[in-house]
Amino acid sequence: MTATAETTAGSRGSQPPVPDGAVTVTVKIRRFNPEFDDEPRWDSFDIPALPSDRVLNLLHYIKWYVDGTLTFRRSCAHGICGSDAMRINGVNRLACKVLLKDLLQKGDKQTTITIEPIKGLPVNKDLLVDMEPFFEAFRAVKPYLVTYGNEPTRERIQSVADRERFDDTTKCILCACCTTSCPVYWTEGSYFGPAAIVNAHRFIFDSRDEGAEERLDILNDIDGVWRCRTTFNCTDACPRGIQVTKAIQEVKRALLFKRV
Amino acid sequence: MQFHKYDVVIIGAGGAGMRAAIESGQRARTAVLTKLYPTRSHTGAAQGGMCAALANVEEDNWEWHTFDTIKGGDYLVDQDAAEIMAKEAIDAVLDLEKMGLPFNRTPEGKIDQRRFGGHTRNHGEAAVRRACYAADRTGHMILQTLYQNCVKHGIEFFNEFYVLDICLTETENGPVCTGAVAYELATGEIHVFQAKSVVFATGGFGKVFKTTSNAHTLTGDGMGIVFRKGLPLEDMEFYQFHPTGLAGLGILLTEGARGEGAILRNASGERFMERYAPTIKDLAPRDIVARSMALEVLEGRGAGPNKDYVLLDCTHLGAEVLESKLPDITEFARTYLAVDPVHEPVPVYPTAHYAMGGIPTNVHGEVLRDNDNVVPGLYAAGECACVSVHGANRLGTNSLLDINVFGRRAGIAAAEYALSRDEHVELPENPAAAVEAQVALALSEHGQERVADIRTELQATMDANASVYRTEDTLKQALHDVQALKERYAHISVQDKGKRFNTDLLEAVELGFLLELAEVLVVGALARKESRGGHAREDYPNRDDTNFMRHSMFYKQGEGLAADIRLDYKPVTFTRYKPMERKY
Repeated sequence: MTATAETTAGSRGSQPPVPDGAVTVTVKIRRFNPEFDDEPRWDSFDIPALPSDRVLNLLHYIKWYVDGTLTFRRSCAHGICGSDAMRINGVNRLACKVLLKDLLQKGDKQTTITIEPIKGLPVNKDLLVDMEPFFEAFRAVKPYLVTYGNEPTRERIQSVADRERFDDTTKCILCACCTTSCPVYWTEGSYFGPAAIVNAHRFIFDSRDEGAEERLDILNDIDGVWRCRTTFNCTDACPRGIQVTKAIQEVKRALLFKRV
Repeated sequence: MQFHKYDVVIIGAGGAGMRAAIESGQRARTAVLTKLYPTRSHTGAAQGGMCAALANVEEDNWEWHTFDTIKGGDYLVDQDAAEIMAKEAIDAVLDLEKMGLPFNRTPEGKIDQRRFGGHTRNHGEAAVRRACYAADRTGHMILQTLYQNCVKHGIEFFNEFYVLDICLTETENGPVCTGAVAYELATGEIHVFQAKSVVFATGGFGKVFKTTSNAHTLTGDGMGIVFRKGLPLEDMEFYQFHPTGLAGLGILLTEGARGEGAILRNASGERFMERYAPTIKDLAPRDIVARSMALEVLEGRGAGPNKDYVLLDCTHLGAEVLESKLPDITEFARTYLAVDPVHEPVPVYPTAHYAMGGIPTNVHGEVLRDNDNVVPGLYAAGECACVSVHGANRLGTNSLLDINVFGRRAGIAAAEYALSRDEHVELPENPAAAVEAQVALALSEHGQERVADIRTELQATMDANASVYRTEDTLKQALHDVQALKERYAHISVQDKGKRFNTDLLEAVELGFLLELAEVLVVGALARKESRGGHAREDYPNRDDTNFMRHSMFYKQGEGLAADIRLDYKPVTFTRYKPMERKY
């Protein structure tokens, strides 16, 4: 870790009025812009915020009123698009799904929130990482319905129970919270990672799909499911509440017993 | 500057863009340019469903769907287009199912359907189960399924490429679209994409408002680019306010909740929609429900400490229905308002949601340059386009339908047009010059105005003066404010001067589009001295078919942000439905 660099607030002109009920919090952010910086540093910002604010609001406040160079991705701001995965106080979260009230220190103690980019993917600038390796792993597991033979004229029939079988893994928003919380992925970037396996699971257990064997072959690879050490970091990190580790175990079992 | 050559370039990777890409990519050499990553687009936030008269759970037919769409749009809908959409809806849903979309199922294993606002049996008799859905994640499933199929077909994406201009080459038959110019976020480099056809699928511009269900990135880029080229925008005064946004936040709670039986109540617990829409009550179209809610609050019957919202009561639905059919909105209420819909009603208020207007197209997605002529090679689909299938008010679920039906049509048309041309038409001279100048100007030192301040003030005046109810006075105030903000925009300062992922610059450019489109919206709303669909004028409370049964067409006159707007009109296409009074 490099030394903490204090950045004084106000470099972007006067601050907007502080709303009633605001508290001052310290946001400590890992910064790195390879265009200008030799190595990463920490910047701290003391800013006013409401307990009902999302961490994303705090980042916006800094970007809009203090330091316009702070860089991160975001879009929907309510946990659906998967853009703003980051490490908040040491755990992977979407910045738009964490409320300040859940991070505030008890009593009069000053609250410090530490924000870093997700780990295991190259940092492009500040909190923004290169997502390509992540999407490459996703694309490698044939994440689409595979069928053979003639298509029916109407919809394929699927029972309520068969639809329910893979419901959990359809919720994935490809935010990378799970994959970049995985210690195996941190050390071996060639591992497919939890998200790719979740998306393979979504099709392997879909009764309409006929590509399970192809996908299981891919995941039986040296960089496939057997790398998983069941640390459950991924399940804890998933902002959609997907039982990621369970899904990986189900894929392992399908490989062992040759049936889904 | 880098140069690329494709048959078809698609701008935007939401539902419409990817649906177009799946068609175009299998026929012609296609590139998809998006300022985000493909699965980040706001199609993913759509919740409730996609209507199609499958008749899986009760009698239904596409003609009733057509009628509902036209009546829902307060008769400003082009009826030929609505007919196409309702008819092709059935295959659009079946296509998605075959692509793998995990719809909820009936006990027989068919695609399940639920009720939705304004969708009725036999021309308004009662609500009908027409919306095909996947819990309250239908948009998410559509976006994921379309991306999965783009992966399957090897569609080529240029992620985080922000298109800032299109290339129009003048020919003896008028302008022809020959390409697009993009700013690569990763490097700050300018890329010119020469193409035989270009498809805009860039979504809406909800960020002109403060309270909105829209993503931060929905800044009307495509509409703004087209408008700056001197091409028209259509019906921009018609903006939809979704009734059930989380109060104070604007986060969407699906109309599917009311489709499953949830009820809107005022402070005294009254089911007030019985007074406004006696037949279909809480399932009236969105414009009517949003106005009813606003009136309840204006007349002092709002709930909460400031009486400034109403309540969406889901408590009688039971935990099981909420968890299985409405899990996401249940979680939103818990996360963002600390309200558990299983046990207590949820505070809601209308939230800016959807642009009915946009880039005028015909039913093949071809962009119009005036009432009668198209721009060869230029296409648009989805929220950024105006076919017009939504008229003055879009029915719930018809946007997911629109992106699939007209995204597909635009993709096919763009590819076939490209294949019918042997050669690329030559690009105009210095195609990147305008974008290079725009970026250089934004990064130069020319003032101290903060982008965030201008954007905040824009959103505040639009919320206060141009939302659910409008008057001559409020709209004049909004126009005055927007024009003053445009002047200040000339002095904005971009703090980040770097080339790498300069999102500070990106936000500044986006604000330019927002200002431009806000002004068009307000100018249109001022000129339309009637109330129709989503456009409600307190000073002109009635629909005026004599003077205003016509589409608005807005043209930018001259260069620069402060240029004038010329307003023209286009007739509405009628087939078999005569305008009637709109009662539910």
